[in-house]
Formats: sequence, structure tokens, C-alpha cells
Amino acid sequence: MDILSILAESTRSAIGPIAAIYALAAIGLNFHFGYTGLLNFGQVGFMLVGAYGVGVSVAVLGLPLLVGFGVGLLCALVMALLLGIPTLRLRADYLAITTIAAAEVLRLVYRAGFAEPLTGGVYGLQNLASDFRSINPFDGGERYGFGALSYSGNNLWVLVVTWTLVLLMVGVSWLLMHSPWGRVIKGIREDEDAVRSLGKNVFAYKMQALVLGGMAGALSGCMLAVYQAAIQPDQFKPQVTFFLWVILLLGGAGRVFGPVLGAMVFWFLMNFTEGLLQGLGSIGLLPFLETTDYGAIQLAFVGLLLVLLIVFRPQGLIGDRKEMLINVK
Amino acid sequence: MSSDDVKDGVGSGVGGDDRMVGAEPVPGSAKSDPILVADGVRRSFGGLTAVDVEHLEVQRGTITALIGPNGAGKSTLFNLLTGFDRVDRGRWTFDGTAINGRSGHRVARAGMVRTFQLTKALTRMTVLDNMLLGAQGQFGERMAGAFLRSVWKGQERENTRRAMELLERFKLVDKRDDMAGSLSGGQRKLLEMARSLMTDPSMIMLDEPMAGVNPALVQSLLGHITSLRDEGKTVLFVEHDMDVIMGISDWIVVLAQGRVIAEGRPSDIRSNQEVIDAYLGAQEETAVAGGSDDD
Repeated sequence: MDILSILAESTRSAIGPIAAIYALAAIGLNFHFGYTGLLNFGQVGFMLVGAYGVGVSVAVLGLPLLVGFGVGLLCALVMALLLGIPTLRLRADYLAITTIAAAEVLRLVYRAGFAEPLTGGVYGLQNLASDFRSINPFDGGERYGFGALSYSGNNLWVLVVTWTLVLLMVGVSWLLMHSPWGRVIKGIREDEDAVRSLGKNVFAYKMQALVLGGMAGALSGCMLAVYQAAIQPDQFKPQVTFFLWVILLLGGAGRVFGPVLGAMVFWFLMNFTEGLLQGLGSIGLLPFLETTDYGAIQLAFVGLLLVLLIVFRPQGLIGDRKEMLINVK
Repeated sequence: MSSDDVKDGVGSGVGGDDRMVGAEPVPGSAKSDPILVADGVRRSFGGLTAVDVEHLEVQRGTITALIGPNGAGKSTLFNLLTGFDRVDRGRWTFDGTAINGRSGHRVARAGMVRTFQLTKALTRMTVLDNMLLGAQGQFGERMAGAFLRSVWKGQERENTRRAMELLERFKLVDKRDDMAGSLSGGQRKLLEMARSLMTDPSMIMLDEPMAGVNPALVQSLLGHITSLRDEGKTVLFVEHDMDVIMGISDWIVVLAQGRVIAEGRPSDIRSNQEVIDAYLGAQEETAVAGGSDDD
């Protein structure tokens, strides 16, 4: 077992395209929960409509990739409005129930037989990245980097673009949250009746936050489609949403860099535990486990880490403990 | 807050009878210059009629108290008038404009701001941020406007200046950078009142402003309430403590089972048999007993 190569592989994934894609979606969730206090348990649904916006536009309708991004974002806008209009006037739990159900219903509809002409049903859609790769400044076949820390030209291109988008969204969050708009949003998280009594249209602000966060989720889905060059419905299962929640809480909800740090640490840990289990297994230290059990153990280990985090550092890695405790009081 | 201020406040309350000139101490009486006029306001929960107010006028520039036994519908009426609850029927005008059916934030924008019985300090925000939330018409509160820092910076500076003045007045200026959640209960009441003033209201609705506040701070709060009136603002408040009410109110409206059963100056209410029966009855026995001891 080579601990150094496990560490290198984990680092590679911590700064890889998947971590960036999850960071984007978690930034969206941060807008919902971290700042506004909206309980969205269906962020994967926004990723799904974003990914299929690209997929259907490019693979089925033969439109340019950029149009696909536009369609994905537009779908997220419509979805946020449909979810928000009936629920945002009600208590927080209504949105939670609605989003978790809507995301799952969307997955089932997109994989259904009747949708196959458009969505490819259970087989999904392929060949989505040719536009993106045609403007790749790197050589697609080449590997860039050094040692274990290297990426193929295609992945490096996705990596650069996605992290750029992440930085852009971080900048947007910073500007918004350090403005009077952000102050109203944070006020709504604390007590929406108080904010309403001061003459603010709480419903409109919550809707703006829902749309904004949903679009960040859709953008993440678009990049996922580009990265994989193919999508299929069953990768948008509810567990993706819960990974995003872990990422958000791990990094620190309500912090601009929380979701970014959370995504990097999360994917580092996921790959580290996987590498460790395989390494230990390969030298015969885990005789009681089948190789197929590793996935479950890996998730259990990450779950344990999360429990420890909630107990000892409930504010996340970069949260403010003082702020956290005030709410408990 | 010094005791002088309190004496001033109470004094002007007693001498404030002329503010109510021409008003008859009967339920639904007309006022010479009403800022709030409500007609046929009704709200029921299932079979229970919580509020059924035929006619109510609140005189501009006065302190009007809304009292009544538990379950009389005081808070419900408050919520209805301020747009925080939906009415079954009824209409009311504020400053001549019909505002029934408006949602809470639009009522606040019209100039009628409210506070809450359970103080709603925004705990994980600083005291100053709490205050700044009250300012109206902020360009930077629009989503697109938020990005144009240079456009809203001047407005923000002006709002901060106003907030600091109010914090100074409410003796909270040293706490401006503290989280509101770290304030004591009484300080939160003060903050909530100061924050509501940031909206520059013409009428302030206080829902049990003295509840859970220690006696020393009660005097300070009373001083603030009377000074609001003296600045020309109208105050309508719900309260339980009879000493407080009698001391500072220009006018008292008594609710029982959702209806206005009496209205009048403190002296009228004190001697109103219906009020004593409905509201003071239970307290009267103890009050009389206590009073005779004092004598």
C-alpha cells in the first residue's frame, strides 16, 4: 500500500472537475439554506434540469452548447418559480417536502418510456461535449501536470472552466451578501416576520434566492453534462442532494467560501477512504470484507466524520462558532 | 434613563386629555382627527369569533392603549390591522387610504409599523445591521442594485448616520457591532423599537412592549413611548400592566370577547363598571385588598 499515492489521488480529486461541479451546486444550496434559510432537499433536481437542458439541446435538437446552457438555466428558473409560488408563503417545511419530491419525480419522468424520444429514457444522452472540446486550448489526448497529479487535456479544460465559474459565483455571492440585499436575505433567515414588519417583500426576496440558487445548481448540471459528455437519469438520485448538504455543512453554511472548501474536503475524504480501504484490502488486512463492501464502508466512514464534525465543530470548517451558539440560546 | 424623563412623560400623559378634545367616552366614538378608522372588522377561527369590532378610531398624535382580558382578541386585532393575519370582513383606512387586505410589508410601507409580543431581534446580525434593515427605499436592496456599490454607498452612509442617532437615543450605541442575540431582553425591546423608527413611521403599533422587561427598564421604555408621541407620532399599544396604561395613555380602548366594550380617558375607564366586570374583576379584589393595606 502506497500512502503517498493514495494522498496524491485524493488531492487530484479534491481539485478535479467533480469537486468543482459539486462546489457550484453547493454554492446554490448555500444561497438557499446558508443565507436565506430555505430548506431545499431537491438541489439535484436543479442539476438534472441543467444537465438535460444541455443534453436535449445538443444531442437531440443539434443546437450549439451555449444554447444548451441557456435552456438549462431557463428550466431552473421555471422550476424555481413552480416550486416557490405555492410554498414560499407557507412554513419552511413545505418547501423541503416539495423539493425532495419534485427532484425525484423529475428523475422518474426523464427516465420514463414516454420521454425517451427527448431524453433517451434510461439510456440517457451521449456526445454532448464536442462543442466544448472543439474550443479546448489544451491538447485533448495529452496529460498535463506532474506525477499522479495530472489530468487529461479534456478534463483539464473542464476543470479550468468549472473552477472559473465557481470563482465567478463566489464573487457574485460576496457582492450580494455584502450589500443591503444580502442584509435583507440574512434577516429573512433570522425571522421573516420581523423583516416583513419593516416593509420588505419577504416573498419576493425568498423567490429571488430560490431562483439564484437553483440556477447555480443548473449550471453545475450543465458542467456535469459537459464533463461526462453523456448523462443518464439515474445519476441524479436523492443522495446527490445529501452529498451537497454534507459539503455545505462541512465547509460552513452561510460563508462565501464554505461550499468551495466543503466540496474539496469532501471529495478528498471520499477518495482517501476508498484508496485506504483498497490499499488495506490488497495487503490482506481486511479479510472479513469483500471488495464490493468497500463502497458502503466508505460512506459509513464519511458519515462518521460528519457526525464528529457536527458534534465538535457544528459551524463547519470556516463557520463562526459564536454566531452559531447565539441561535441555540 | 433618568427619573426626570419619566416624570415628564407621565406628566404629559395626564395633561394630554386635551389631545382627545371632543371625544365621547363610548365604544366606537368619533375622534376629531383620526389616523386610523376601522369598520366592521371581523375574524373568526372555526366557530370562535376572535375579533368583531364595529367601529374604532384612533386619534392622531396620541398614545392609545388596547387592553382586555386574556383571549379578548387584542393581538388578533393587531395582526389584522397590520396585515399579518387575514380578515374575514371589514375595512379600515390609515391616513385616509384604505389598507385592508394589504400584506404586512405594504402596511409598513404606508407608515404603520409594528413590533411583536415576543421580541423579534434578528439574533445573528449586528445591532447596526438590525437598524439598517428598517430604512426604506434602499436602492441596494434590489437584487440588481446590490452590485452597484457606488450607487448605494451614499444612501447607506446616510442610513447609518440616522441609525447611529437612534441608537444613541436608545442607549444602544455601544452595542452597535454586537450580535443582537447577545443583548438582554430589555435591550432587545429597545432595539426593536429603535429599528421600527428607522422606517420613519407615522404610527407605531407596540404589542406588549413591557412584557418580560425588568422594572428599571420599564421606566425607560415609558419615557421613549411618550417622547414618540411628543414628536407627533401616533402610538397604539397592547399592554397588561394597568399602572403603565393609566400612567401614559391618552385614550384607552377595552376589548372583551373580540368587541370594544368601552373607550375613554384613563379616568373614564377606571370608573367604568362594565370594564371592571369584564377585565378588572379578578384583579380588583386583590387590588382593593392591596390598596387598603397601603392606606
